[in-house]
Amino acid sequence: MSSKATQQPLGLRIVIYAFIGIWLMMAAFPFLWTLWGSFKVELDFFSITNWKDALFGPRTEATYGSSLTGAGYEGAWIQEEFWRAVLNTFIVCFFVVCTSLTIGTLGGYALSRSGFKYTFWLLIIALIFRAMPPITLVSGYLLPFFEWNLWGILPTSIIVLVAINQPFTLWMLHSFFQKIPKELDESAKVDGCTQFQAFRHVIIPVMWPGVITTGLFSFLLAYNDFAVTAMLLSKENQTMVPKIASFLGTTQTEGNVMFAVAAVVSATVPLFILVMFFQRQIVSGLTAGAVKG
Amino acid sequence: MKHKTFFWFFLPTALAMLLFIAFPIISVVIQSLFTPHEAVLLTVENCGPFGCTTETSIDQEATAALKLAEPLGRFAGLSIYLDRGHLAVNEVAALWSGRESLGGFFDGLKNLPFYRAMYFTLTYTFVVTPLLIVLGFAIAVGVNSLHRHLKGLVIFFSLLPMIVTPLIGSLILFWMIDSRGVLGSAIQFLADDPDLSLKASTALTWITLMVYGVWHSAPFAFVVFYAGLQTLPQDTLESAMIDGASRWQQIRYVVIPHLMPLVTFVALIQLMDNFRVFEPIVGFNAEAHATSLSWIIFNDLGGETRLLSSAAATSVLTIIGVAILLSPVLVRTWRDFNAKT
Repeated sequence: MSSKATQQPLGLRIVIYAFIGIWLMMAAFPFLWTLWGSFKVELDFFSITNWKDALFGPRTEATYGSSLTGAGYEGAWIQEEFWRAVLNTFIVCFFVVCTSLTIGTLGGYALSRSGFKYTFWLLIIALIFRAMPPITLVSGYLLPFFEWNLWGILPTSIIVLVAINQPFTLWMLHSFFQKIPKELDESAKVDGCTQFQAFRHVIIPVMWPGVITTGLFSFLLAYNDFAVTAMLLSKENQTMVPKIASFLGTTQTEGNVMFAVAAVVSATVPLFILVMFFQRQIVSGLTAGAVKG
Repeated sequence: MKHKTFFWFFLPTALAMLLFIAFPIISVVIQSLFTPHEAVLLTVENCGPFGCTTETSIDQEATAALKLAEPLGRFAGLSIYLDRGHLAVNEVAALWSGRESLGGFFDGLKNLPFYRAMYFTLTYTFVVTPLLIVLGFAIAVGVNSLHRHLKGLVIFFSLLPMIVTPLIGSLILFWMIDSRGVLGSAIQFLADDPDLSLKASTALTWITLMVYGVWHSAPFAFVVFYAGLQTLPQDTLESAMIDGASRWQQIRYVVIPHLMPLVTFVALIQLMDNFRVFEPIVGFNAEAHATSLSWIIFNDLGGETRLLSSAAATSVLTIIGVAILLSPVLVRTWRDFNAKT
């Protein structure tokens, strides 16, 4: 693509670089700004007099003797017990990812290897389920969960999140499994494997990239969920996102917005790391469903 | 694969979806037909030397017993759907018969909670979806022409707005557009109006929410289109160049037709996702100016009195909305499937 004919004229080049530059600013600046601001006091981050206060932090320096302070983090993590929410989030995410991958790979594998008509219908039903806003389902859970005393605990939310993830997981794994030639498990069966053994010992070892990608998306769905966890968890068992939402109600009045800012930054860091290490998998996962048409 | 093996492989995931997606939908439909019990009233007549007085009080025990016996409440038929909080049939009829102009009728409609939310949800869905496709396409074309060392970095930062939790992303932007935040001050400076606040006016709040929506979803469109650009047939592009097509004509007649199936895919996914818009409204604290269907359900379910029946009725209406949005796709898939067999 570097021949004379495809080379861009300088003007166009500048336009492209400027456009990408503006987009990068839009995409990255809010995060960097909030990260930097989370180490300031509220009067600096939300400065009435001068926006530069958030950069240099004169009031932070006046209060704490240095222009950066961890007071927001201390308040959020210790005083407001944000660590509990972090722990809950990771418990929920771990079990959601494990369970949905286990039952999802079984289901996705079956869908990709069965040639009967009902597989098509099952996939269509999964697509319809995928389109349901989770919050509409939540209003169906509440009454039975209250009746059976299942409301408010982590296992309930985990199972619900697994189920809500399933349609998406099935579609994604289905498209990954389709790329693996059927001859592979047929030859395993000729050698005397049962279907399950073929799946376990032949298919899964070559499926790891697909499983990891799907696991990433299950993780993101569980980590980012607000509707289900906010409604189904009691106050002690809250995960990060509903906890942050509940911060807003209480801290806005006390003037401790910085607790919420610190909590927001803390919740963003794992996602940052995730994107850094798994960028390739995320990109391939997003396109897995698309490229097929 | 035999039917029996298929069954055992598929059973766990089918059970999960049946129990936690299919049954709740049925449960929501049933719940929406019932309304909570009224408190059982107890009338006691106290007769004293100065005559008799009657006292009415709530019989707590009997109310509790009734609730225990029939947790769903009493059967109400479709009345919840038709009340003021939902389809508001009577109010709409009154507005229609008392209308002075069509515009006045729609203005009156916007005061009813359900129609207000519907109005915002639909506007949001149909404004944000095309905009994010255009922006995503522009970024994809731009990034594709960059030097390859830069690409990875740009993709990394571009993914962030999409990966970050919607509530967190909207909070971050919300703090920045606060009149004391950096963007808020910048806008005040640009508009030369020190009292300008993006939160105060309905129109500005709507624009903010939609800008957030585009910001959040454009990376998805970008990644999909970018992957599509990697499979662009070079032969077609070269022959277009030899025929003297300008850059714009190459994009218009080669690149866009090649990406068309992906555009349909992105549009479908984003229509479904934007229709459930909810977290930004919580994050931007915008419920005074903009509500969505999902937000109404959330609002009914939260709080001290959980309005289960009301939430269920809105849920059913939302599901019907999703079904209408999804129906063109389903019809198309059905036709494709029939054409194949």
